[in-house]
Amino acid sequence: MKSLEELRAIRDRARVNVHLRKENSPDNIRVVVGMATCGIAAGARPVLTTFTDEVAKRGLQNVMVTQTGCIGLCQYEPIVEVYEPDGKVTTYVKMTPEKAVQVVNDHLVNGKVVNDFTIGSVGTMK
Amino acid sequence: MQELSLNVLDIAQNSVRAKATLVTISMDEDTKEKTLTISIADNGCGMTKEQVAHAMDPFFTTRTTRKVGLGISFFKLTAEATGGDFSIESELGKGTTTTASYHTGHIDMMPVGDMVSTMVSLISMNPEMDFVFRHTLDGKTFTLDTRELKAVLEDVPINSPEVVLFIRDSLTEGEQELKQPEQAN
Repeated sequence: MKSLEELRAIRDRARVNVHLRKENSPDNIRVVVGMATCGIAAGARPVLTTFTDEVAKRGLQNVMVTQTGCIGLCQYEPIVEVYEPDGKVTTYVKMTPEKAVQVVNDHLVNGKVVNDFTIGSVGTMK
Repeated sequence: MQELSLNVLDIAQNSVRAKATLVTISMDEDTKEKTLTISIADNGCGMTKEQVAHAMDPFFTTRTTRKVGLGISFFKLTAEATGGDFSIESELGKGTTTTASYHTGHIDMMPVGDMVSTMVSLISMNPEMDFVFRHTLDGKTFTLDTRELKAVLEDVPINSPEVVLFIRDSLTEGEQELKQPEQAN
């Protein structure tokens, strides 16, 4: 069993980083994962987990991963929206954990939108 | 939904929307009797008698963005498919408890799946809320209570990456220990 003693040590180490992380800073990138019934049934949970894990692994202090309900495009779930500080919004659809890793690498780290996964390209492929 | 833990995640989102501050998720399993009871209890806004009566109707929702609400119907179906029971108890201003019971030996019993990921998602996405996860297996109980963790964490957010990792490990180890046969002392 993990002990609360261990958690105390983690707290002391984490406290050093807390001031680096500004919850509601306008400079943050927000990653929003749809977690309503439609999203969850389509596989949103592993996508959400991948985003939080990758962001933590890379220590991206300016990225906030959050959740939302159904936005009414259930057939495109799992949907992930990326809100950037300059007001740009990118909507990624039919996401998977593998695609999530690529979005973290290309978009969140290097600022390059992964066009293949956006609603614009997936929605017009048919 | 491919596993029950996803239904639990979905139903717990209703507690988030109901502005609950505490959600208790309990699993009670008896391998001899082949029974499992899952309950999600919150202290959110609750429902009126009329809303409770309609809650299991997939074409009833308080939402205005669309006309269906399938979460409860899906969860109810998973229990009834095994010959089990499903109930919702709710009081306006007090909270809601949703309970599903299963006959785990039934051929239509769905796998419980990854409850650890469900709890980690809920805790890390709703840092201002408290969650209790209580899993009882043949009389042995494992409990994780975010209020205890927050008392230790003080000003460090419960959704800090290091803390989330600790919570995931605690849940995984707790679940593993529960499933190990009793060790002689």
